[in-house]
Amino acid sequence: MVPLSYYMILSAIVFITGVVGVLIRRNIIMILLSIELMLNATNINFVAFSYYLDNIAGQVFVFFALTVAAAEVAVGLAIIIALQRTKATVNVADLNLMKW
Amino acid sequence: MATLSFLYFGTVIVLTAILVVAFRNPIYSVMALLVMFFHIAGLFVTLHAEFLAAVQLIVYAGAILVLYLFVVMLLNVQQDDSYQRQVKLGLGLGLLALTQVVYIVSTAGIPEEPVMKKASAVTAAGEAAAAAAPGNTETVGHALYTTYLFPFEVASLILLVAMIGAILLAKKGLMGPETK
Repeated sequence: MVPLSYYMILSAIVFITGVVGVLIRRNIIMILLSIELMLNATNINFVAFSYYLDNIAGQVFVFFALTVAAAEVAVGLAIIIALQRTKATVNVADLNLMKW
Repeated sequence: MATLSFLYFGTVIVLTAILVVAFRNPIYSVMALLVMFFHIAGLFVTLHAEFLAAVQLIVYAGAILVLYLFVVMLLNVQQDDSYQRQVKLGLGLGLLALTQVVYIVSTAGIPEEPVMKKASAVTAAGEAAAAAAPGNTETVGHALYTTYLFPFEVASLILLVAMIGAILLAKKGLMGPETK
């Protein structure tokens, strides 16, 4: 039987890969993909805890996280399309209108 | 066997997660993410969350990634999109956070075994009881429509708002100063 901490470390690795992706990528589509990585990492944690603590609430929460992820992707990609239309770029380094 | 399958799924998940971030071409990244979603679904099956494994495949691999592919191909992103200047800083911060998490997890005294349900499942009577128990989908559905009924309805509202918002944002001429 795999210890619960292995799942937590796997989830932490995937989550931090997502964080690093948000930090180092310039393309805004890739930043959104990295956010998907982070959401999936939390889902792994939820399902592992749901199994090890014998509580269905973790799986229900993953279900809601999935709903929010779908909504986030729809709105995020719509924003990217609007951005491409008005600024003709998907590079976050070029979007410095509000930079101090 | 359980350890072996965890090692396989875990290794592939970590490798493809790193590839998602490392590939310069967004289409390759989306494909790596697809492989990762399949393996996460496999991990869910080993954790006896079959319903979520199916939903993971249908919603993530089937809907969300297709949306990503549409947008990547629609925008025709140029391939020479480089990394930010602070790559080393980002990697260093990530490693720091990872060592912190590993340290915390290894010292926190997390239970090693599932709590109090696997002990009876080994015996024949336990197996018969497990066979008579409702399946995973049934359990999730029951919890969803009784305990979590209100959050469930709120989730449908979120999806409605996201749908309207996406249409408003992406449709030409519905918003913004460029309306003709």
